[in-house]
Amino acid sequence: MTAVSPARFLRAILPALSLAILLIAVYHLNPRAISPLGFQLMFNLAIPIALATIAQMCVITVNDLDLSIGAYVGFVVCIAATWLQEIPVLGLLALIGGILVYMLLGALIHLRKLPSIVVTLGMSFVWLGLAILVLPTPGGQSPGWLAALMKYKPPPIPFLGGLVIPFPILAAVVIAAVAHVGLMNTSYGSILRGSGGNPKAIERAGWSLLKTKVTMFGLAGFFGMLAGLALIGLTTSAQANVAERYTLLSIAGVILGGGSFVGGRVSPVGAVIGAMTLTLAASFLAFMRIPPDWQIGAQGAILIIVLALRAIIDRLEKPI
Amino acid sequence: MTMLRRIADKPWLWSFVAAFATWLATIAFTGGQGGEQLLTAAFTFATFFVIVGIGQMFVITLGPGNVDLSIPATITLAGSVAMKVADTQDSMILLSLVAALACGLAVGVFNYALILILRIPPIIATLSSSFVVLSTAIAYGRGLRIKPPPMLADFTTAQVAGVPVLAICVAFLAAVMGVVLHRTVYGRSVIAIGQNQRAAALAGIKVERIRFMTYVLSAMLAALCGYLFSGFSGGSSLSMGEQYLLASIAVVVIGGTSVAGGNANLPGLWGAALFLFLVQSMLNTYQLSAGLRYLATGLIIIAVIVLAGGEKARR
Repeated sequence: MTAVSPARFLRAILPALSLAILLIAVYHLNPRAISPLGFQLMFNLAIPIALATIAQMCVITVNDLDLSIGAYVGFVVCIAATWLQEIPVLGLLALIGGILVYMLLGALIHLRKLPSIVVTLGMSFVWLGLAILVLPTPGGQSPGWLAALMKYKPPPIPFLGGLVIPFPILAAVVIAAVAHVGLMNTSYGSILRGSGGNPKAIERAGWSLLKTKVTMFGLAGFFGMLAGLALIGLTTSAQANVAERYTLLSIAGVILGGGSFVGGRVSPVGAVIGAMTLTLAASFLAFMRIPPDWQIGAQGAILIIVLALRAIIDRLEKPI
Repeated sequence: MTMLRRIADKPWLWSFVAAFATWLATIAFTGGQGGEQLLTAAFTFATFFVIVGIGQMFVITLGPGNVDLSIPATITLAGSVAMKVADTQDSMILLSLVAALACGLAVGVFNYALILILRIPPIIATLSSSFVVLSTAIAYGRGLRIKPPPMLADFTTAQVAGVPVLAICVAFLAAVMGVVLHRTVYGRSVIAIGQNQRAAALAGIKVERIRFMTYVLSAMLAALCGYLFSGFSGGSSLSMGEQYLLASIAVVVIGGTSVAGGNANLPGLWGAALFLFLVQSMLNTYQLSAGLRYLATGLIIIAVIVLAGGEKARR
């Protein structure tokens, strides 16, 4: 390994840097927020968003886009709040069915060369419809074990002076680590990324592009399911369109985290950090007393600013 | 036989066939009643789909990765700005139209600035700008529903012998855009860029200028749609753009335009737009529950895309 160029280094730490700057800003506005309890409250919702972002990242890795992830997470929430609670076997089957549908979509998109944007837009209606059929009016109940899991408080670490790591932070680290090792540190992981970067080369080398597409869509379904389960564990009652905004948030999270839109260049750790940045942005805006009207806009602005910084870094890297 | 094959080869034909079949399936259920009214309604609503569809079609024709996701937000912003400017006064109709189009121009320029300066894919650029635009619309409109000027409302709902006047106007607009697409330097440049951007650039086409014009065109047509739709539906609302995210893209793809770019199809927009509306009204006629309706809409759209997309892949 030769020395990493400064531009490359800057680009790699940009997601973490944005999160750190936002944390400092929050501390400035409200010092008490930077505490185990504050973190617990601010980052609770980051867990489902981070999982949905990882799901979106899987799809983006193979040069597709999933515009149905929000509706799918809503579907999982509704299943978890009803069937999984009343008839666990049926609920489990429905969740597995969801993942199978995702795999089928991957195959369909690959075999028929379909535009993923349109297919997943269509699927968002399908998931929403199914969710409404399962749970026509808001309600249901979160399975006790899920709620208990999401309320878990890690024990203090003795050799760090009794420091308590808030559960959302712990969860974010675990999610990032699992996705990173799976995608970046395994041999099939690099094939999966390669099938987004240079599909022809991967195919010539004897790997099945159909298989990589199905794998990635299946993983997206799996992480989307985890996102739904985490969300119902936090919110206790369900509603079909509860996760509507996850579609946009997850795409923004992947991009904020340094993922490229095409070419299989993604960063799981960055994606998780991106999701946390977006979640924290909501708290930050609340502390700033910015009216909720501007929340979406401010998230868009943060996205644009980070992308602008990245464009500047890119330009530093390639002087004319 | 060759003639038959040539007709069957036209991808846009399928969208009309599908629309007709849906219409038949609906009036078969009602026993032939209300067929004409249904067609009138279909043409009215299809008109709005076609307006945004034209812009989206030009954008998609630019090639892979080009798509405008800011259309719903632009519709909402332009609609609320125009209705506020008009303030229900007939005398302000033209000025409010100018205001709406100015919103479209601003969004289009902003979108393209993001694409060019940040060098990010158009999907992400238009997505992030749609966040900002929608927020602006929400903060500006405050969720108030301002009624349109009476003349605008009359114009957008007028009919001549059962044919909506607006549909006639938009048919004319579509015809003009068809000429622009196939007979002008601009339109042919769009298609050339979609087929091979590098070759187009080497042939002397100013790629960036054409892309700029296309994104502005798309945003301005979305603004026009927002203006007319708020006139038609009795005022602007914050959710008025929502259904156009799916509609604008689906209309283009079902209409036979290649998603890979470089091959646009204008007549198909009409067939696809009629089809989209007729599917909705068919499911309403069958009195399905909301859940089943969503489910069926999604499945039908996917099925049509699979069929239409397969047609293209074979060639």
